[in-house]
Amino acid sequence: MGIYLPIAEISVNVFVLLAMGAAVGFLSGMFGVGGGFLITPLLIFYNIPPAIAVATGANQVIASSFSGALSHMKRGTLDFKLGGVLLAGGIVGSTGGIFVFALLRRLGQLDLFISLLYVVLLGTVGGLMLIESVNALRATRSGAAPVLKKSGQHNWIHRLPLKMRFRASKLFVSVIPVLGLGAGIGFLSSIMGVGGGFIMVPALIYLLKVPTNVVIGTSLFQIIFTSAYTTLVHATTNQTVDVMLAFLLMAGGVAGAQYGAKAGQKLRGEQLRALLAMLVLAVAIRLAIDLFVTPPNLYSLSAAGLN
Amino acid sequence: MAGLKAFAAAAFLSLAAAALPAVAQTPPPESIQIGLSTDAVSITAGFSGADLTIFGSLENADPLVARQGRYDVIVVLEGPPRPVVVRRKDRLLGVWINLESETFENVPVSYSVATTRPLQDVTDPNSYKQLSLGASNLYMKPADVTDSPATIEEFTAALRDRKTATGLYSENVGGVQFLSQNLFRATVRLAPNVPVGTHKARAFLFKSGMFIKESSAQLEIRKSGFEQSIFRVAHDYSFLYGVFAVSLAMLTGWLGRLIFRKD
Repeated sequence: MGIYLPIAEISVNVFVLLAMGAAVGFLSGMFGVGGGFLITPLLIFYNIPPAIAVATGANQVIASSFSGALSHMKRGTLDFKLGGVLLAGGIVGSTGGIFVFALLRRLGQLDLFISLLYVVLLGTVGGLMLIESVNALRATRSGAAPVLKKSGQHNWIHRLPLKMRFRASKLFVSVIPVLGLGAGIGFLSSIMGVGGGFIMVPALIYLLKVPTNVVIGTSLFQIIFTSAYTTLVHATTNQTVDVMLAFLLMAGGVAGAQYGAKAGQKLRGEQLRALLAMLVLAVAIRLAIDLFVTPPNLYSLSAAGLN
Repeated sequence: MAGLKAFAAAAFLSLAAAALPAVAQTPPPESIQIGLSTDAVSITAGFSGADLTIFGSLENADPLVARQGRYDVIVVLEGPPRPVVVRRKDRLLGVWINLESETFENVPVSYSVATTRPLQDVTDPNSYKQLSLGASNLYMKPADVTDSPATIEEFTAALRDRKTATGLYSENVGGVQFLSQNLFRATVRLAPNVPVGTHKARAFLFKSGMFIKESSAQLEIRKSGFEQSIFRVAHDYSFLYGVFAVSLAMLTGWLGRLIFRKD
């Protein structure tokens, strides 16, 4: 069944979009990430113009992170204060990101920049996660107890000034790295159409040493606001948010997420991380191929005088 | 499931037939008329491209010439003109990057042609050039005329090629059929991604390869009610639209949790 998207101005298949949303929702429920890093490239493969894929991807991320954050709030695994500080940084980052987005679009380099960012970030995060999880899998197979990092361990981040206490996270740390992390994620959110969970989660765990159970809820909390802000700004400056497209993706997504979460409970943590790592790497490789292989069409058209 | 609600259909039966051979000293010059039954076409949610039918008639047609099939008609549906940037990817450090570009002013977004016979059989290339008729003869004005002619030619060719590949520029040979000596019907293709805006339908009459007369009509292509409202709101009240998009996402997330809750 075809449907005409009012903003993207093309006709697409409803079931393809619902299935796409459900598949990504399934994976995001399974791994506890928003899924923006999958949905935006998928939309681009499906011939949705990149500018619209990015803005609509951000819109779709709100739905999945909102429903995730609600359940974490109920369980008390959400640090509002930490989320708030991350958010303050996020707003600054998003604003900068949207400015860069409009500039790149004018220069005709937006697609390239989005692809490069995806390849580099997904490649790095996926690679690191794969190494870590394979090591963990090997360790459990040889029978050795997994070595946990001591929470008392401090690194350079903990020597920075302007310290603040985050009670729910049992953390006493400088606000500078927290704001910086928020700003970085906000920047990526507006350029890549992702919530940034796949970077935020490891950064909170490994850099700031936030307890793992608080990390996902807090990251989801701040992602709601960063992507909501990104959606708003894209809607007002670029008019690239397609609600029809976003709604189809969300509808598939929220249903898929529940089944994904159920499937995820059957797997062990390190197995899940290894699978997620492989998925992230696969997306990175697929995008990298497009960058290096001679494209079937060297020429592309775009409307002049946009923005 | 074409989403075109109203197909253009109107026959303009000319009075020419009545005034045929009796007073044949100097026959009045032939002319051509086309008519659309509607001046607007709506694209609905199910739109996936469609055929638009345009009816027209010849006036003062010479029955002998008509019988010999020496009248040719070319009908064009031309989309609104817009500036376009054509970019070429080149390899830089192994990565394909948009490097060179050329901007053209006033390129019709879409251009569908229907003809009685293949274009090369109707008239000679020079006439097409003069009339700027046919996708390959359309004059595209570069924004920067100081660029080398070779570059401009290369990018013009690429522009036509991309437009044809996406179905926006199309040619329907045999798409114009004479129903009688005076009456003809033209079928032009509307691509699924046909742009909204004011389109211009033009009909060109040729007699034995000579251009005789042109006639045109306007057609508004717009999104139907719901799609149009979304598009309008997104542009006119973009902030409120953004707020709506965010609220819709939150509502969907909340409902999804209520309906499918597993904890």
